[in-house]
Amino acid sequence: MLNIADSVAAAVEPIHDGACVMIGGFGVAGQPVELIDALIENGAKDLTVVNNNAGNGDVGLAKLIQLGRVKKIICSFPRQADSWHFDEKYHAGEIELEVVPQGNLAERIRAAGAGIGAFYTPTGYGTPLAEGKEVRELDGKHQVLEYPIHADFSLTKAHTADTAGNLVYRKTARNFGPIMAAAAKHSIVQVSEIVERGQIDPEVVVTPGIYVDTVVKLEAPKQVDPREEGAA
Amino acid sequence: MSAPQNSDHALSPEELAEVVARDIPAGAYVNLGIGQPTLVSNYLSPEDDVTLHTENGMLGMGAEAKGDEVDADLINAGKIPVVETEGCSYFHHADSFAMMRGGHLDCCVLGAFQVDQNGNLANWHTGKPGAIPAVGGAMDLATGAKQTFVMMTLQTKKGQSKLVAECDMPLTGVGCVSRIYTDKAVFLIEEDGVRVRETFGIGFDELTELVDIELKPAN
Repeated sequence: MLNIADSVAAAVEPIHDGACVMIGGFGVAGQPVELIDALIENGAKDLTVVNNNAGNGDVGLAKLIQLGRVKKIICSFPRQADSWHFDEKYHAGEIELEVVPQGNLAERIRAAGAGIGAFYTPTGYGTPLAEGKEVRELDGKHQVLEYPIHADFSLTKAHTADTAGNLVYRKTARNFGPIMAAAAKHSIVQVSEIVERGQIDPEVVVTPGIYVDTVVKLEAPKQVDPREEGAA
Repeated sequence: MSAPQNSDHALSPEELAEVVARDIPAGAYVNLGIGQPTLVSNYLSPEDDVTLHTENGMLGMGAEAKGDEVDADLINAGKIPVVETEGCSYFHHADSFAMMRGGHLDCCVLGAFQVDQNGNLANWHTGKPGAIPAVGGAMDLATGAKQTFVMMTLQTKKGQSKLVAECDMPLTGVGCVSRIYTDKAVFLIEEDGVRVRETFGIGFDELTELVDIELKPAN
């Protein structure tokens, strides 16, 4: 049954030390800013974080890293003009990094939600990111064995939820939302509005409610200008 | 042996982008990498009916957003605000990469540190000790698109050729590049070696002096 949390603090309350947490968003689009702030307040440590990047500037995931609460990050593009907190922890040997090609990252997350044990893909063959991995020649191509990425929790952002947990998104803010919600044991979604059952056309539901455990509505989500964030 | 010299000067990034744009077939689905390849979109007209893919989750990406058009939920892979075009669509990240990895994109245009004569591409990591590796979607694009074009300057700032016999930087993809657009020439990577389609501001013979591999004129 869907849990409609009263606050972002209540929504992230179950996140515990040592958890693997997927965090949605690509740039500022779809970034669950308030849920990340709540996770910072929550105090959970020794986290493994799955995100496309490794934090920007001094807020959100960057702050979580700065506070030393992330022991490992799984991402595709950690190095950015403003990823200084990650860079510092990385060079100090205080954070473990697993760099994953972005399509493998997405597909490994999808595979976890879909119950796929592993899959072969040509992406990464012959590169340092495939070193030590099993390779088979399939369909005339060298393909690399990749495993799913499971998570205890996901923090994502959607535009509208109904009280059955069905979600719709806005534009490119969808990005990792649907697959992270499916891959996590407990998915937590921040939305701009919650409507009654039947108020979302079933034909346009993007994430069916079965994948959604907790939603929390934000009265006035933070507005972030995408031009103020460093480009990847 | 020769190849046509089609300009009296080495091409600017904008002029080169126009050359790349001319080679993109009408109706194609295309992904333009971050940086120089993005310029190609300036030379595609609506009549070309080219659909741009951005890997964060959109087909039919429009131009950079200006003023009131800026919407924080609508950005491209370079995290630049963009606008919609008629007939555009949104999808999640796994679908976006599935259309790339599944061979549905006709073409991608990528930047490069090095490309070698076998079409191997190095464009994600210099391999320098201490450098933080960051790959993004480069490996998926290089391997997944039906054709991978590279757009780069022929030489580094120090004058070394970026078209090499064998890449010594960490690879992005194996044998994936089919064509290389540079400021000085367009190279085609074919079964029997590297051919020069045209040159810019340099003759064929002089070009062969700059590159440490055997070059043949295009048929």
